[in-house]
Amino acid sequence: MTERFHMPSLGADMEAGTLIEWTRQPGERLAKGDTIAVIETQKGAIEVEVFHDAIMGRPLIAIGDRVPVGAPMAELEPLEGAASPSPSAPPAATGAQSAGGRAAPRGSAHRPEPAAAAPPRSATPAAASAAARPRHRASPAARRLAQRRGLDLAALTGSGPEGAITLADLEAAEARAGQPQPAPARRPSGGKADLAAMRQAIAAAMSRSKREIPHYYLAHDIDFTAAAAWLERRNGERSPGQRLLSGVLFIKAVALTLQAFPELNGFHRAGRFEPADAIHVGCAIAIRGGGLVAPAIHDADRQDLDALMARLRDLVARVRSGGLKASELSDPTVTVSSLGERGVDRLYGIIYPPQVAIVGFGTPRTRPWVVGDAVRPRTLVTATLAADHRHSDGHRGALFLAGLAAHLQAPEAL
Amino acid sequence: MTDAHPPDNTPQAHKLHLSRTHALHLLREMLRIRAFEERCAELYTAEKIRGFLHLYSGEEAIAVGIMQGLAPTDAVVATYREHGHALARGLPMDRLMAEMYGKETGVSRGRGGSMHLFDAERRFYGGSAIVGAGIPLAVGLALADRMQARTQVTACFFGEGAVAEGAFHESLNLAALWQLPVLFVCENNRYAMGTALERSESETDIARKAAGYQMPAVALDGMDVIAVEAAAREAIAEIRNGGGPRFLECRTYRFRAHSMFDPQLYRDKAEVAQWKQQGPIVRFRRWLEAAGMLDADTAGQLDAEIAQALAAAVDFAEGSDWEPVADLTRDVAG
Amino acid sequence: MSGETIQITYREAVRAAIREALDRDPRVFLMGEDVGRYGGCYAVSQGLYDDYGPARIRDTPLSECGFTGAGIGAALGGMWPIVEIMTVNFSLLALDQIVNNAATIRHMSGGQFHVPVVIRMATGAGKQLAAQHSHSLETWYAHVPGLKVAAPATLEDARGMLWTALTDPDPVILFEHVMLYNRAGTLAADASAVPITGAAVRRAGTDVSLITYGGCLFKTLEAAAQLAAADIAAEVIDLRSLRPLDDATLMASVAKTHRAVIIDEGWRSGSLAAEVSARIMEQAFWELDAPVGRVCSAEVPIPYPKHLEDAAVPQVPAIVAAAKATLGQ
Repeated sequence: MTERFHMPSLGADMEAGTLIEWTRQPGERLAKGDTIAVIETQKGAIEVEVFHDAIMGRPLIAIGDRVPVGAPMAELEPLEGAASPSPSAPPAATGAQSAGGRAAPRGSAHRPEPAAAAPPRSATPAAASAAARPRHRASPAARRLAQRRGLDLAALTGSGPEGAITLADLEAAEARAGQPQPAPARRPSGGKADLAAMRQAIAAAMSRSKREIPHYYLAHDIDFTAAAAWLERRNGERSPGQRLLSGVLFIKAVALTLQAFPELNGFHRAGRFEPADAIHVGCAIAIRGGGLVAPAIHDADRQDLDALMARLRDLVARVRSGGLKASELSDPTVTVSSLGERGVDRLYGIIYPPQVAIVGFGTPRTRPWVVGDAVRPRTLVTATLAADHRHSDGHRGALFLAGLAAHLQAPEAL
Repeated sequence: MTDAHPPDNTPQAHKLHLSRTHALHLLREMLRIRAFEERCAELYTAEKIRGFLHLYSGEEAIAVGIMQGLAPTDAVVATYREHGHALARGLPMDRLMAEMYGKETGVSRGRGGSMHLFDAERRFYGGSAIVGAGIPLAVGLALADRMQARTQVTACFFGEGAVAEGAFHESLNLAALWQLPVLFVCENNRYAMGTALERSESETDIARKAAGYQMPAVALDGMDVIAVEAAAREAIAEIRNGGGPRFLECRTYRFRAHSMFDPQLYRDKAEVAQWKQQGPIVRFRRWLEAAGMLDADTAGQLDAEIAQALAAAVDFAEGSDWEPVADLTRDVAG
Repeated sequence: MSGETIQITYREAVRAAIREALDRDPRVFLMGEDVGRYGGCYAVSQGLYDDYGPARIRDTPLSECGFTGAGIGAALGGMWPIVEIMTVNFSLLALDQIVNNAATIRHMSGGQFHVPVVIRMATGAGKQLAAQHSHSLETWYAHVPGLKVAAPATLEDARGMLWTALTDPDPVILFEHVMLYNRAGTLAADASAVPITGAAVRRAGTDVSLITYGGCLFKTLEAAAQLAAADIAAEVIDLRSLRPLDDATLMASVAKTHRAVIIDEGWRSGSLAAEVSARIMEQAFWELDAPVGRVCSAEVPIPYPKHLEDAAVPQVPAIVAAAKATLGQ
């Protein structure tokens, strides 16, 4: 049986080698210990040997090729009547995992990366106008006591080191105010239980977002009746595989609207806003078994609905099968999260850093709506915008949602 | 003197009554080491063995010859190129291979790897990866024997590179000053990594340096297993009788690179080829054949036995478990 | 306990501990430079050579690496050696043996071998011995897993830690501060072994925890006395064991006082004080009512002139000031 000769590992710090010479030609006989090739490493040229008698076979790489440790370099043909090879054959060509476990994977991809979009939130969003409160200098012990007793540190003057509020200051304040309040429920303990890696990655990204990005939130109910009817008509003419989901209307509408709102499409980097030169919409897609990712639909404003739908189906399939490229996860310039059929009315997203905005859609449903002077049943969808207050404000955000609503009134133009 | 070329004399059977059984034992021991080392090289390229790997091929006669003179109660302190010492001392091949892999069944529970083989039962005090750092330990082990009135000997192996370390000089001085039962065995393979002896030492006659500490010291052909065994037996008998430390400089040559990742820019291929012609195994084999002690059947049988043992050792290592990460901090004080 | 006490110096307490060990177990011996005929650089072993002979009170050549390594080897071979290194500065010549051999062999051998060696060394400034005899490098050793490191400051510990260290199966390093050797005091006549792990509260208090070890202990107790006069109740903790650190005792004290100052004769950068401070941040952050303070040596090789040597190392006024600072004073 034909065997392969693989790029050998010659040191724990060797990751790859460059072929600089074949010392044997195809058809030549190789004895155990013979040099088969010379490879260039970061330590210089090293002759590499074969460990079994064989006939030199077809080369699989060319002079000058640099290949990772474990990659096949040449075929080796067995000698007549040769014994079977050693049980410890070198590992397979790619994605090889040594028993010792290599630190760095050789390929990229194949791993769902941290999620982009936010999980739904039911809590009331913070006021868009909330200004940062000044941080009072207080000792950790004083902060903890203040929290337990429900005391406001802002009302106190510190007597501790560098004017910090200390336990003594709190006790004095309580003595002035009378009896202390009963202690509220204790802080939940732990918090770093056995989260899966994905969960931890989501936790890290979302914690960073909530810690660093001053979000403001806006919501807007949009009449979706015309669009829903248009969608129903259009899908009625098509086979199931060709049908459009309302989600692609949202993606396209968001992308078109963003053309006029560059401050919502881009990145916060090194303390500054960097507008993106294209509109790549990250689509939040749930992963079976937990977690979610938001890979990009590139140039979403310039593709027609069928192309967007095909792209979305492809992404969903690859999220499920694990075939996303790393770049697809880092390319989005904005995120859209839609809870589709799950039946909630609205979702308030958390921005995925370093993006500056996330648009959320609840489930379209029939609700009473005032049309003219009459209350009518209409299909409504609530769109929300969470945006980075460092780079835009509620006024522009509101105009964005209004623009989005307008685009959704003319589905045929999408 | 420093040999520019390998010696070509035949093995010296003088001073030893060499039975066929013993001669074949010596051959088997050297073959076992060579086969183990060559398999380790292969497993290293296949990433089964990681870290640094230093092979003993070419130097087998020293470990095998010296061990013949040691009793089970004697102690051995070795270097980071110590697979041969461990095998010759009787450490089981399967557990040695498991240690190469880092498995829990290894001689050091997998915690040491190639450079740190230990065995309390056989008084094998390790593989040390700090050049020269094992030498003071050997002196201390001998001091303990002396203070407890035991007649044990400690054999301490090191390379000629260690001779440049302060630990070497401090230790030889202490051992001679206190007349401790240590057999110092310098494996002079001519290169400290890539630095040739004459490029690192003002005095290249190492035995002479040892003699400067008032210690009987001889240089001998370290490619001749019989010569090594004879010298070891004589020296160990003297030491055991209270004669103080002895020093053997065994001149040898390393057939392989210093470690696996070494393009060997510092020596000629012709030099390596020339020494290989005079290797401890080929020479001894030739001599045994000429003396009528080795025929083709016996040789084939030896090779087959060793191949079988080696295959079993690899299977054992492959089949062994990794130590659970939960045990990470075991066997550490403080 | 008989209740009977004796007057004794720290030096005599160490010597009594060595004598007791030599008497109790034939495996024990003392080795080092000038420990025998000379009587020890700091006169700790004076008289022992005559009583125990050259085999057990073993003078060595000036070969710190060689004889420390031999001590480690002898421990592997079944002995209980006490290796004396004149000062911590000289121990750097033996650092390879201590860190690469003594601390690793148990682990590298998969638990097959233990190294029951005890290495004693003098440390610290105060005798105008300048920049190669006066440093406090305890933290370098306290950094290394596989070693136990203790600093006897009191007479009880000087008398009692050695035997416990010898009976420990693993290497133990004992640091004796040079300014302690002449300290005299009373000790129970039947004083004997004490644990080598665990911190001790040397003075109880409620306002601030002063955490120290070795030569700084008595300066810190003096500072606590001065603070008491200012109505500040300082608690003084003697670490005793530098590795492992007794986190439980430290955190219990901080939980009580909500303030901590660490007094350490090592240099501030990368000091033991830094380690203790970090642990307080990790384990008792929410107890703190003030930033943790440190009083360490100035970042300078210890100078020869008395006034500069004094200025380089922690002194009582600096300790008092650091304690008051935690109270906003």
